[in-house]
Formats: sequence, C-alpha cells, structure tokens
Amino acid sequence: MALQTALFWIFSILGIAGGIGLVINRNPVYSALSLILNFFSLAGLYLSLQAEFLAVIQVLVYAGAIMVLFLFVIMLLNLSDEPRVEGFDIARGASFLLAIGFVAEMLIILKDVVLPSSPEKFTYGKVESIGNLLMTNYLFPFEVISVVLVASLIGAIVIAKKFNY
Amino acid sequence: MEIFEPNLYLYLSVSAVMFAIGTLGVLTRRNAIVIFMCVELMLNAVNLTLVTFSRFLDDAAGSMLVFFVMCVAAAEAVVGLAIIIALFRNKRDIDVNNFNLFKW
Amino acid sequence: MDINSLIILLPLFGAAIIGILGFVSESFRKQEALIGGLGTLMVAVPFGLILMNFLGYHEHPVHFRIFDWIVSGTINVSFGYTLDELSLLMGLIVTGVGSLIHIYSIGYMHGDKGYYKFFLYLNLFIFAMLNLILGDNMAVMFLGWEGVGACSYFLIGFWYEDMAKAAAAQKAFVANRIGDFAMLAAMFLIFDYTGKATGNYSLNFSDILGLDWAADSAPTFWVALLVFIAATGKSAQIPLYVWLPDAMAGPTPVSALIHAATMVTSGIYLISRLGEIFIHAEGVMAFIGIMGALTALLAALIAIAQNDIKKVLAYSTVSQLGFMFMALGAGAFTTAIFHVMTHAFFKACLFLGSGSVIHAMDHTHAVEDGQDIRTMGNLKKYMPATHITFFVSTLAIAGIPLFSGFFSKDEILGKVFANGLMGGEFIYYLVWIIGAFTAALTAFYMTRVYFLTFRGKERFNAHGHDPHESPATMTIPLYVLGFLAVVGGFVGLPEVFDHGHLNWISHHWLGHHGTVTMEHTEDLGHVSAGIEWALILFSSLIAIGGVYFAWNFYTKHDLEGDTIIKNKLGKLYDWMGNKFYVDELYEFVLIKPFVRAGTDVIMVFDKYVLDGIVNGIGSLTLFLADVFKRIQTGYVGNYALMIVAGVMILLTYLFFF
Repeated sequence: MALQTALFWIFSILGIAGGIGLVINRNPVYSALSLILNFFSLAGLYLSLQAEFLAVIQVLVYAGAIMVLFLFVIMLLNLSDEPRVEGFDIARGASFLLAIGFVAEMLIILKDVVLPSSPEKFTYGKVESIGNLLMTNYLFPFEVISVVLVASLIGAIVIAKKFNY
Repeated sequence: MEIFEPNLYLYLSVSAVMFAIGTLGVLTRRNAIVIFMCVELMLNAVNLTLVTFSRFLDDAAGSMLVFFVMCVAAAEAVVGLAIIIALFRNKRDIDVNNFNLFKW
Repeated sequence: MDINSLIILLPLFGAAIIGILGFVSESFRKQEALIGGLGTLMVAVPFGLILMNFLGYHEHPVHFRIFDWIVSGTINVSFGYTLDELSLLMGLIVTGVGSLIHIYSIGYMHGDKGYYKFFLYLNLFIFAMLNLILGDNMAVMFLGWEGVGACSYFLIGFWYEDMAKAAAAQKAFVANRIGDFAMLAAMFLIFDYTGKATGNYSLNFSDILGLDWAADSAPTFWVALLVFIAATGKSAQIPLYVWLPDAMAGPTPVSALIHAATMVTSGIYLISRLGEIFIHAEGVMAFIGIMGALTALLAALIAIAQNDIKKVLAYSTVSQLGFMFMALGAGAFTTAIFHVMTHAFFKACLFLGSGSVIHAMDHTHAVEDGQDIRTMGNLKKYMPATHITFFVSTLAIAGIPLFSGFFSKDEILGKVFANGLMGGEFIYYLVWIIGAFTAALTAFYMTRVYFLTFRGKERFNAHGHDPHESPATMTIPLYVLGFLAVVGGFVGLPEVFDHGHLNWISHHWLGHHGTVTMEHTEDLGHVSAGIEWALILFSSLIAIGGVYFAWNFYTKHDLEGDTIIKNKLGKLYDWMGNKFYVDELYEFVLIKPFVRAGTDVIMVFDKYVLDGIVNGIGSLTLFLADVFKRIQTGYVGNYALMIVAGVMILLTYLFFF
C-alpha cells in the first residue's frame, strides 16, 4: 500500500507539472519534453493501478514513438518561439474561466461517484490476460485497428509527400 | 496517513486536472504542433480515467479501450503531423491565428 | 417466395417493363405485337394462377404475404393477401375480363402513338385492382383503391390533348376524391374501434370482421355510412355518379374494363366484404337500397334520351350499379356479387361491341361523330360478329329469361321483395317498385340502342368506304364475352329450384363458408314458392314486354320513334336529354361559389397573407444569416472555445439541473 501511495503522489504531481510545462513553455521543444515527462508519469500512475501492460505500452508507444515523431517534426520545421500576447485577450480570459470551471465542476461531480466494490487485485493488468482478450472477445476491433493504422500510414504519405503533377 | 491513501476520487481528480490543462492549452496556444500535443494530453487524461475505472471495477473493457485509444492516437498523430507539414510547406507558417480561410 | 405472389407482382412487372422500355427505346414503342402480347401475358398468367386456386379451393382461404409494410408496436400492416371465396371470384372476373380486354386492345389501339402507355396503364390498373380485391387488410385495399382511381384518371385522359377529355379525367378524379375522403375517415374509425374494442389496433379484415359490431351502434352506423359514401364515389351512385358518363372520353376498352366491369364494382365488393358491419346498421342498409333504386331509375331515364352509343352504355352501367346497391341494401351481398359477375360479362361485351362499331364508323369517314347512333343503322349487314354478340348481350342486360342478366336481376328483385314481405319494412316495397320499373326501362332503352345501331335504315352514306368487321383480336374477346353473357347466369339459379341448392354462387360458393355474410333475409325465412314463381314470371314479363314494345316501336318508326317519345313526354324528355341538369346544378351550387371564393377571398388572402409569410421567412433568414455569419470567424481557436463552452453548458445542465 505504501508503495502505491508513494507512486501515486509522485507521479500525479510530476504529471500535472508536465502538463503545465507543456502549456506555458513558449518554445515547442520544451513543450514536447514536458509532455514526455507527463507521459512517463502516466505510465507510473498505471503501474500504481497494477496495469503493467498499459504502463509499458504507454512508454513504448507514446513516450517512445509518438513523441519522437513530434520532436522530429518540430525540428524539421525549425520553429521560433511563440510571441507573447500583449494586453488582455477576451478569448484567453474565457479559456481560463472555462478550465477552472471545469475542474471545479468535476471535483464536485466526482465526489458522488460510488462503486459497488473495490477489488484487491486487478485481473486485467497482465500481458497474458490482455492478449487472451485481444484474440477472443476483441478480435474484430483488433483487426479493424490494423486497417486503421495502414490507412493512416498511406494517408500520411499522400498528404505529406510533395507530388510533382 | 489515511487521507493520503490514493482512492478513486483522487485518481479521477488528477485526470480531470490534466484534462483541464490540456483544454486550456488548446484554447490559448497558437502553435499548431503545441495544440496538437495538448490534444494528446487530453486523450491521456481520459485514458487515465478509463484505467482507473477498469482497476476499481476489475473490468477488462476500460483497459481494452485504452489500448485501442492508443492505437488510434498513433494513427491520428501520423496524419495530423503530415497535415502540419503540408501546411507549413505551403504557407511557411503554422500559427493558427494566421489562418482564417474557413469563413463567410 | 410463394408462387401466388406472382398474381400481384406480374402486372406490376409488366407495367414496369413496358413503361421503362417504352420510355427509353424508340424502336420498342413501334413493336405493337410485342407490347400487347407482353401486357396480355402479365394478366393472363395471374388469371391462370387464380383459376388454379379457384379450382383447387378447399374450404380454407389461402394467405400469402410479400413483405411487411408498416411495423410499429402492435400494429403490423403487411402486403398480405387472402384468396378466399369472394376475392377469388372477383379476381377471376378482373383478370379474366382483363385478359380479354387486353387482347381486344391490341387490335383497337393499333396505330395509336401512345400504344405502349396504354398497356402500361392497363397493367398498372390490374395491379391496383388486384391489391384492392385480394388485400387482407384495409391499408393494402386502400392502396389499390387509390391506384385504380389514378389509373382511371390516366386512362380517361389518355387523349389528353383534347381539352374536353382532360377535363373529364379531372372530373372523375375529383368526384372519386370525395369518396376517398370518406374511405379514409371510415378507415380511421375502424382502426380506432378495433383498438378500443380489443386493445389491439388493426386494419386486417379478419380482425375487423371478428369484432362484435352489434355491441355499439354509433361506430357501426358511421363506418357503414362512410364506406357507403366512399362506394358512391367509386361505384358511381347518387350524388357522385356524374363522373362516370364523362369518363367515356377514354378509349373504349378502358370503358369496358374499368368503367363497366371492374373498378366501378369495387364499392360493391367492399360493402360485401364488410357485410358483417352493414347488417348491424339497418338504417344505412335501407338508405343504400333507396339510393341504389333512385340511381338506377335516374340513370335509366337519362339513358333513354341519349344518342351517343357510349353515353347510353355509361348510363346503363350507372343504372345496373344501382341494381347492385339495391341488392346490398336488402342485405343480399351474394346476389350483388352475382350481378357484378354477370354485369361484367354482358356490359364488357356491349362496350367492346360499341368500340368495334365506333372503329368501323370512324373508318368510313362518312360521319362526323362515330359514336352517334342517329348516323348508324343496318350495321348487321357489315359486322356480323359484332352484331350477334351485341344482340345477345342486349338480351342479357334486358333480362330476357335464360340469359345471364335475367337470373341476377330477378334474384335482386326477389331479395328486395322478400325483405319487404318478411321484414315488413315498407321502404323495400318502394325499392322493389322502382327496381321493377327500371328493369322495364332497361329493356326498352337497350333494345332502342341495339335497333338504331344494327337494324333499321342505313342512315350513313359510306361513299364506297363501307364499315367493315373488326380484326380477329377484337372479335374473339367479343365471342367469349358474348358466350359468357348467355350462359353466365346458370351458376345462380333461383331459389325455387330445389330450395336454392342449385344456386351455386350463393349457396355453394360465397355463402357456404361464411366469407360473405349470408343475407339477413335468411333469418327472416324464405318466401313461399308461389310468390317466388310469381316474381320470376313478373320479371320475365317486364323484360320481354320492354323488349317487345321497343322492337315493334322502332321497327315501325325507326329514328322517328324518338320524336314521338319526345312529343309524348314533353318537358320531361328535355330534362332526360339534358341529364336532369345535374351537372349544371353542381356547377351552380358547388363549382361557381368555389371559384368565386377562390378569386375574391382566397386570392387576396394568398397574395398578402401567405405570400407575405413566405417572403417574410426568406427575408428573416437572410437577416439572421447576416447577423450570425459573424460568429464564423475562420479561426480554429474560436471554434474550439465555442465547443468547450458548449460542453461546459451541457455538463452543468446535466449534473446540476
């Protein structure tokens, strides 16, 4: 229990910090690095929830593959820092209000969430059980997702490649 | 130390805060890539919610959904970044406030 | 799929194939034999199928279903059909006479530029008519009911370039529409009543007839009345009969098929089908009887003074339909259907014969109007086949003993009289007297038409273009129908022979298994054999007397006979010749005020109020668009902000209110 408590507090604070870093850094590279921090923290939180498989995937796919892709693109485009906004912007003010309102509302709403029971062990965290499910109950979506990935691959090439007509 | 014990409410609250931060980023930032990253953050916040419920109900559906969300997010990232590259190639700029072609 | 589905589907396929190919292919339109043959086949095969069912019928109705149409809660309306005693008999008449008339049309419509369209409409009509009579629920029946109305409209206005014919089509359509309105109202009432009575809303005939209609008199009365009003539209009774004579503007095969043999009898079919309701609405029954009698008399009187051969036949159709309604009014549903059958034979034959005559007269180019009997005469010499079939059909409709019309008409009069005698209701004696008088008139005017057309002096000058007999495609149907017109009545021998056991149609077919409610005269007991013999003798006498008188009269005076009658009757004859000014009355009472209201009141209302609303909506939309387009800035950030704001509003609403 103590380990879970420690994991939770460390990684939730780190995760939120990463998120804030993402939003406030004006340099896109720093933003991306903050996001990586956030993704690692999420992997830690998954671990604290006994979802080992998802924690590993989170690191591999998100922090590994996707964020590397982001960094590549940022560096490829060689972007400058985002300029500061001068004065007060009404949209910006509304955005802050909405975000704070959202958090407040969620905190109130979530207080009422009551679950029937709280099992000690998580059955579906291991690779074995997830793999079993993927090949049985979730076989069809699993196949469909491969088609989605291929389609996005082809789509990305078509969009990004320079064609000489 | 009882109050520090992580429970459902705390996990969900963390998720909600992350989601709000992501939303704020989407609304205030102007760099298309950063906005895109903020969307990823929002997705991850939701993933955390799903995993949390999956854990506290000991139910497979949440975990499986997270798995599929990750796959779709990967696909989405690829296409999105391709669009950003195409945009940059044509306009030499990815500041969303400099594009307002979709209007009356 | 059930093979029986072809009964319904083949005519539809025929219409579709002929319509599509005719529309796209110039060369197909010229293939008259192909189009005619295809059209005929698509009716003849269903006839064969119905005949098979008819011959193999064994007490149990055959049901088949094509697909579900409306499924909602407990309501299930499907394209379901029932082949029971009544619908099989009607189906035989429709497809049998229909096939013959298709064959006839191959010759009759030869060279017409709308040839393919004609067969398209005919097939479509057969499809709709089969829906009407075979449908096992009122929704499908109503589909057919509307379908035959539409086909009738298309075919009356077939030569729509002539304004008068187009107007006749419109008149038929509007008159039918009034009846259809009543039909819809009746359907709503029935639907409502089934729901209230059983808790299960339904339009299936089996459910409707299974209800206890004697329990509550109000819905029974209104349903019966509304169905009767609907029937007056389709089956041309007072006050809506005015469209039928004008409907003769269509090609003659159409007059024979739709406006004599089949469509106009659908009202009688429907009332027979719903007989279970009608026998519990005594007041309506008496009303139906008296309306039928009045229609029969009025139409017969008008028919005497008409000179257009098709007009005479049209009025005689209205008159005969009146007879059928007299039978319905007396509760003799089987007898009404019997008369529908014999009438289909002899009236189709008469119409086709008149078509043959018109064909020949137009060919001579000697007369201006090929339909005017005053310019005919002595056609017997030129057209032997047409003459003989027309002759026997005339005898049949006149009610000469042993011809088909005699049996059915005698049975109608007998049943009406029995109703008066046994039920003790005075109104049926009145109906009987009018009916007997009309029967005599019928014998008279039909003999007149026959005589002026085929005998007497030759009143046209052919200039070498003698009228000639029609081709075989036209004469063969005439022979078949003529034969049926002679022998068709033997299926319904009078009750006096062996207590009605020889009356096959009423006792062994329709009445036997309860498809058609047995006439409530049954409950009243039979009239004695003596009275029945007297009635038979009486109707034989009036028929023979009428024919004999007219025959002698016109032999002696030829066309002068009309002048003599005119002088005898004076003013009344003028009224008859002018159709009792009913059209003028409707024009004055209904149409004029409507037109006035339309131009003076509604037009102003339309111009300022309705147009104002319509234009106002347009301007308002433009104005609002001008305001709200500013929201659409084109900046992604603004859109995202709005989405988030929307989500927040929804979230707040869902969880806090």
